[in-house]
Amino acid sequence: MSGETKSSSKVATIARRTFLVSAGVVGGGVALGLALSPNRLKIYRQDVASGDEIILNTWVKLTPDNQLTVIIPHSEMGQGVGTGLAQMLAEEMEVDWETVSIEQAPADDTYINSDLGRGYIVGEGARIPGFVYPMLDFTFLQIAKGLVGQLTGGSTAIRLTGYHGMRRAGAAAREMLMRAAAEEWDVPMNSLRAEASILHHDASNRSANFGSFAAAAAKFTPNLKPALKSPSQYKIVGTPKPRLDLPEKVNGKAQFGMDVIVPGMKYAAIAQAPIFGARAAAVDDPANAAQHIVILENAVVAVADSYWEASNALRQLEITWEGGDPTLTSDALRAQHNAHLEETRHEEIMEKTGKAPEKLQAAETLSVEYAVPYLAHATMEPMNCTASVRDGKCDLWVGHQNPIAARDDAAKALGLEKSDVKIHNTYLGGGFGRRARTDNVVQAARVAAEIGVPVKLIWSREQDMTNDFYRPAVVSRMSGLVENGTISAMSHAYVFADAGMPDSERPFAFQYDVSNQRIARHPFPSPIPVGSWRSVDFTQMGFFNESFIDELAHRAGADPLGFRLAHKSDPRHRAVLERLSDEANWGRPKMPGASQGIAIIDSFETIVGQVAEITVEDDNRVRLHRLTSVVDCGQVINPNAAEAQIHSSVIFALSAVFFGEITLENGEVVQQNFPDYDMIRLRNAPIQDVHFINSGHPPGGLGEPGTPPVAPALTNAIFAAVGTRIRELPLTRAGFRSV
Amino acid sequence: MKFSFTLNGEAVSVEAPSDMPLLWVLREKLEMTGTKFGCGIAACGACTVHINGAATRTCVMPIAAIEGADVKTIEGVAPTPGEISAVQSAWLEHQVPQCGYCQSGMIMAAEALLDQNPDPSDEDIDSAITNICRCGTYERVRTAIHAAARARREA
Ligand code: FES
Ligand code: FES
Repeated sequence: MSGETKSSSKVATIARRTFLVSAGVVGGGVALGLALSPNRLKIYRQDVASGDEIILNTWVKLTPDNQLTVIIPHSEMGQGVGTGLAQMLAEEMEVDWETVSIEQAPADDTYINSDLGRGYIVGEGARIPGFVYPMLDFTFLQIAKGLVGQLTGGSTAIRLTGYHGMRRAGAAAREMLMRAAAEEWDVPMNSLRAEASILHHDASNRSANFGSFAAAAAKFTPNLKPALKSPSQYKIVGTPKPRLDLPEKVNGKAQFGMDVIVPGMKYAAIAQAPIFGARAAAVDDPANAAQHIVILENAVVAVADSYWEASNALRQLEITWEGGDPTLTSDALRAQHNAHLEETRHEEIMEKTGKAPEKLQAAETLSVEYAVPYLAHATMEPMNCTASVRDGKCDLWVGHQNPIAARDDAAKALGLEKSDVKIHNTYLGGGFGRRARTDNVVQAARVAAEIGVPVKLIWSREQDMTNDFYRPAVVSRMSGLVENGTISAMSHAYVFADAGMPDSERPFAFQYDVSNQRIARHPFPSPIPVGSWRSVDFTQMGFFNESFIDELAHRAGADPLGFRLAHKSDPRHRAVLERLSDEANWGRPKMPGASQGIAIIDSFETIVGQVAEITVEDDNRVRLHRLTSVVDCGQVINPNAAEAQIHSSVIFALSAVFFGEITLENGEVVQQNFPDYDMIRLRNAPIQDVHFINSGHPPGGLGEPGTPPVAPALTNAIFAAVGTRIRELPLTRAGFRSV
Repeated sequence: MKFSFTLNGEAVSVEAPSDMPLLWVLREKLEMTGTKFGCGIAACGACTVHINGAATRTCVMPIAAIEGADVKTIEGVAPTPGEISAVQSAWLEHQVPQCGYCQSGMIMAAEALLDQNPDPSDEDIDSAITNICRCGTYERVRTAIHAAARARREA
C-alpha cells in the first residue's frame, strides 16, 4: 500500500503547478473566467486556497493529507446552512465526515447563485423553485437585484444551492478522484469504490485516501452531470450531524460583524431622521464632544474613540431635521388602506376561476375584514458595519445576507470599481431578511471615506427599531359562501405594499379546492420602507386565509380539521393534516380543559401544519401549552437542525402574534426598544412537538415555512376557547395578553 | 480615569470614562468581544457577565461601580483553557445556538443559576433566565440547563 501513497512534498509540488495551470484556464480575471469557461464547476478564485490545499471544483478543496473544505456561498445567520450544504456535498463525494470543514465563500461574482443556476439547471428539466427561473437570465439582474448574488433568503440554500449545486459538485469531485486513481493504478474506473474518503480497488486489494489523488484529480474537468445517489443510499444526509459552527458559538469566539476590530479604528454612532424622508438641515455641536461629525443627508454620525463616547457626543448634537410627513399616523394609514380597498380601478387580479362575484351576492355570504401591522425584524445583533477606505480601496466587515449587493452599493456610493471593494462576511446575529439591505454598509463606507480612518458604525437598538425595512401592514377583506357544507365561492381583496416577493411563490393563494375564486390585490406603496420579513407575504396571507377557512368551518358547523381535509385534494397536504390529527390529539387536548386551533400553510415548497393548545386564564391571559408542528419539507438534510428551524420560526411568529406592532405617530415610529416591542422568553415559550414526514420529495425550504401557520393556529384556538374571533394582530388589540 | 478589577482570574486595570458601561470597556478597551450588545437598557441579557458571582447586565453597569470586583465573562467560563464547562458542553450536546449572538449571555445566566441552584425546576429556570433569544432557542436552553445541572451534580 505504501507504494500508492505519495509523499507530501511531491504532492505539494504538483499542487503548485496545478495552480498555474488553473490560472491559465481562469484567465486574467473572474469575469473573463466566466466568459471563457464552459464549465461552471471549474469556476473558482485561486485565492480561496491556501497552503497546500487543492481546489477540485467550485466548492471543494482537498489537502494532500485528506482534509476537505466545503466553500459555502450562503451566509450563516442561525440556520446551520454550512453544515447542511456540506452534508449534501459530502454524501455524494463519499467523504469521511470527520475530515470535513466549511469556509465562507468570498463575496465575489464567481460564487453567485445565478451562475450556479445557469450552470446546473439549464436544460436539466429539474424541479426548480419558480422564482429562480429569472435568475437564469442576465436581465433579471436589472429587475430584481435582491434575489441574485449570494443572497441568503427565500429559503433557497438547501433547495437550490444544495439540491442542484452541492450534490453535483460532490459527485463530480468523487469522479475526478476516481479517474485519477484509475489512471495511476491502471484499472478501469468502474472497478473502483469510494468510501469514507478512501478509494479502494478490491480486486488488487489496493486503497489510498482521497488526498493522495487530489493534485492529479484537479487536472480533470468536472463532469456537470455526474451520477447521483438515490436517497435510499444516503449515509450523511438525513442524519443529525452536529453543526460545524457551534463550538465557537458557546465560547464567545464566533465573530459577528459587531465584533470586528481593525487596528486604529474609531467608533461611530448614528442618528437617522426620526421622520421618514427628512434630511439633516443643520447640525450644531455646542459641547464639541465629537471627533468628527459626518452628515449623510438623512443621518448624522458622530465619531469618537469608543461607541460610548460617540453616543454621548451624538446625543449632545443639536440637529435640525427638515422634510418628511409629520402628519403620518398608523390610524391615518389604516383609513387610507380602507379607502383604497373600495377602489377597484387599480386592482390586480391574482386568481380568477368560476363566478365568485355572482355567487357571493348570496345573503348567507360571510364577509370579514382582517388587518395586520408593520413589524420590525429586531435581529438580536443591531445593524453595524466596519469600514476602511484607503488608497482607493474599500474593505467592509459585516454579516450580510447579500454580500454582492453590499459590495456593489458601497462601490457605487464611493465611486469605486466593484473590484476595489472587498466584503469580509462574518456570522450574522440574525438576519430574517433585514440583513439583505445595504443601508448600514453604505453609511459605514461613506463615513470611513470621509474621515480617512477605519471606523465601526454601530446602530443603537433604538436606531435599529426605528429604521427598519418593515414587514408591511396589510388590510384584507375576505368573503366566502358555504353551501351544503362546502365552500362554493370565496374572494379576497387586500392592500399590497410590495415587499419583494416574486408572485411565482403564490403567497396569496387560497390553498383549498374552491371552484369559484377571485383574489385581487390593491397596490398601495408603503409610506415607510418595507422589506422581506421571515416568510415574507406568507405571514399576512397565511393569517388571513387560515383564519377565514376556520370561520367558514364554524359557519358550516364542521370540525375545522375535517373541513380543511374536505377541501384539499393535494395528497401531501392531506397527509400533513392526517398526521397532525394524530400527533396533536386533535379533539382530545393533551392538557385537560385546553382548547385547540389548527392551521396549515404550504410555503417555499414545504408544508407545515400546526395545532396550538391553549387556555385562556384570568384577565384574558393566553397560555400556550403546546404547539405541535407536522412538516413535509421533502428530504430532511439534518433532522436536528431542521427541528431547530421550526422551533425558531414558531417563537419568531409568537412574538409577533402576542406583541409585535410597529405604529406611527407624527410621522415617527413609536416603538424604540424591547419593552415596547416585546419578545417571547423562556417563561412563555410553549412546549414544541415537531414531526417530519419523509415524503421522499426533493428538499423544500425550512428557514421560513414554520412561521406563517402560528398566528392563525393560535387565534383559531382562542376562538375555540372563548368564542372571540381575532381579526387584527397583535392579540393586545383584542385585549388578550401573554401569561 | 483608571479602574482596576479582576477579569477571569487576572488583575486588569483600564483607562476609561467613569460612566462607561462595563460592556463597552470589555468589548472596546479590553477587546473581549464575547459579551454582546443587544439593547443597551438591560432588557435583553446579551451583555450578561458574572460580577462577584452574580449574573449582571453590563450595558447599564458603569465601570466605576465595579472597581475591585471579580468579573467573569464567557471567555473565562471554562474550568481550564482549552476545555469547556458543563454548561457549554450541554449546549453543544443539545445543539442550542442558532445565530449564536445571544448565547454568551444565555450561558452566563445559566452558569449563575446553577451556581446558586444546582437542581432548578422549570419554574426556577423560567424566572432566572429572562434573556431574549430572537432565534427562539428556548426549548433547547431549558433542556440543556437540566442536562448541565445533572452533569454538575454527578461530577
Ligand atoms: S445589551 Fe444589556 S441587556 Fe441588552
Ligand atoms: S441564537 Fe440567535 S438570538 Fe439566540
